[in-house]
Amino acid sequence: MSSNEWPLWEVFIRSKQGLSHKHVGSLRAADAENAINNARDVYTRRSEGISIWVVESKLISASDPKEADSLFDPADTKIYRHPTFYEVPDGVLHM
Amino acid sequence: MKDINIEEKEREFQAKIDADIKIEPNDWMPAEYRKTLIRQISQHAHSEVVGMLPEGNWITRAPNLRRKAVLLAKVQDEAGHGLYLYSAAETLGSDREASIDDMHAGIAKYSSIFNYPTLSWADMGMIGWLVDGAAISNQVPLCRCSYGPYARAMVRVCKEESFHQRQGYEIATTLANGTPEQKAMAQESFNRWWWPALMMFGPTDAASKHSALSMKWKIKRVSNDELRQQFVNVTVPQAELIGLTIPDPDLNWNEEKQGYDFGTINWEEFNQVVQGNGPCNKERLDARRQAKENGMWVREAALAHAEKRKAKMAS
Amino acid sequence: MNKQEAILEYTLRIADDSLLLGHRISEWCGHGPILEEDIALTNIALDLIGQATNFFDYAAKVQGEGKTCDDLAFLRLEREYKNVLLVEQKNGHFGDTIARQFFFDVFRKLFFESLSKSTDQDLAAIAEKSLKETRYHLKHSSEWIIRLGDGTQESHDKIQGSVDYLWKFTDELFFMDQVDELLIKENIAVDLTALKANWKSYISEIFQEATLNIPTNGWQQAGGRKGLHSEHMGYALAELQYMQRAYPNMQW
Ligand SMILES: [Fe+2]
Ligand SMILES: [Fe+2]
Repeated sequence: MSSNEWPLWEVFIRSKQGLSHKHVGSLRAADAENAINNARDVYTRRSEGISIWVVESKLISASDPKEADSLFDPADTKIYRHPTFYEVPDGVLHM
Repeated sequence: MKDINIEEKEREFQAKIDADIKIEPNDWMPAEYRKTLIRQISQHAHSEVVGMLPEGNWITRAPNLRRKAVLLAKVQDEAGHGLYLYSAAETLGSDREASIDDMHAGIAKYSSIFNYPTLSWADMGMIGWLVDGAAISNQVPLCRCSYGPYARAMVRVCKEESFHQRQGYEIATTLANGTPEQKAMAQESFNRWWWPALMMFGPTDAASKHSALSMKWKIKRVSNDELRQQFVNVTVPQAELIGLTIPDPDLNWNEEKQGYDFGTINWEEFNQVVQGNGPCNKERLDARRQAKENGMWVREAALAHAEKRKAKMAS
Repeated sequence: MNKQEAILEYTLRIADDSLLLGHRISEWCGHGPILEEDIALTNIALDLIGQATNFFDYAAKVQGEGKTCDDLAFLRLEREYKNVLLVEQKNGHFGDTIARQFFFDVFRKLFFESLSKSTDQDLAAIAEKSLKETRYHLKHSSEWIIRLGDGTQESHDKIQGSVDYLWKFTDELFFMDQVDELLIKENIAVDLTALKANWKSYISEIFQEATLNIPTNGWQQAGGRKGLHSEHMGYALAELQYMQRAYPNMQW
């Protein structure tokens, strides 16, 4: 029965001007237009959004959780990238 | 890269769960965890969708325009809930249409409560108040469930559910404060829905076969009996407030446990309804099957059109 | 007929169109061809019920007899409902529903665009609000006409069949009588004859993309605007009015 199944789309909503689009969920749609309409009806029934992005789920590439260590741990030790790493004399202003 | 064996992976997995770290779609998980979740989430999704039918039965007969709009919006929300949940199940590799087919074939279950008929307008009140109320008690702990997409879907669902119970209680209150006929309508309906609502929490802890592992994995966070007790404790005063009588001669406040003792649930009825012998099992499944079958040509057409358009754009 | 009576009649016609179509679309709830579309159709039903409520509220105010929107929506006799025959037609299959909706949406969008400029402030305000909703309905039904028309052979034949069948109810959308004439003079009502060309050209445009044909048979049915309905109407009202008739004079 999967022959007539509509593809899966991921939905991103901008909740208000000034904020970025945020992933809210997914849905089925035959085409992009249909996906936007469906997203409007499914995910913005309570005024949750002012702008919608949709993308077919199969087009998203994700990082591999197995590689999370090598991808993300190295950043943990680079504490010099954070302002709190540096000492400044007491009383210095605007820094 | 060194090969970690299964036990070690399972230990790491359990450690994450114990530390309340959410499991996300691509993370390693025991096959049984995945299976249990898929079963539970799809069952939950089916319940939302089948749950549209008993209330849908009264949309065209709602007594005024305000109630009609509220009921429509409420039933529509349930479709949305079904959708959020199917989406969550799909992150585990479950195929939505295939799992719907399983439900239509009677392999996958949905909540038995929806196999009861809606026989009066008062039932719209009782469903919102008691059935959605019971569902909310079940769902609130699931917002902390260990599986990220399920927990997030439940947060969204719970936010939307809050109006469902209130509109139901509002209907019940209006009837209870209405004419003698309306009051009788409310009580009669309450009598029919009270026990099935208590059954919604599932078998007793002693008889529940999936519970232990689900608790360990934080897929389920509070036991059936505890949830049922909480529900009785909060609902009895709500009924009393509007002058409805609980149809249970054994109901009594127990000072020691600071909760109500209540009568024995008719588990034979529960089992029969689960097995397909409830008043409306056939009607509910037929309605959903028909919707899917009748929509087949529509879904096919939309896909065919999308293909044609793609081809046109490419050339 | 004085101006007040004319406004009342005029407003009820609009309200009844929304009510009956909203009633029909709401029958889809729980039975749509796919979950997403179920939700979409219910949104449309909700919009229509909302419009009906607003127009009935205004009609009750114009009438000045202390009635409510619900009295008007639920407690008239069949002959007193003035919706066009098109909107009371049964849902049929999804294509029938879409074709009915499409013919109506095209009309309604043009109608509300004009009515929002009415010198009657209340009608203009409700029309303005309804117009936003109707634009979305029209987008929805137009896209579906195209998908079904230019989809599979089966869907093409089905939707062409729906169009052919429902065509005979479309002229009534442009029905006008002394009510309209009286109000057009006051710049309250919309001159519907002026909308017809645009209605037809929009439909032709979408049909062309959908590879559908406009039916050539010109024979038309009418009666709804005068309270003479199809056989389906009584059943629709039986459901709609059930509670109010069975339990009169109660609050719900
Ligand atoms: Fe729900
Ligand atoms: Fe609900």
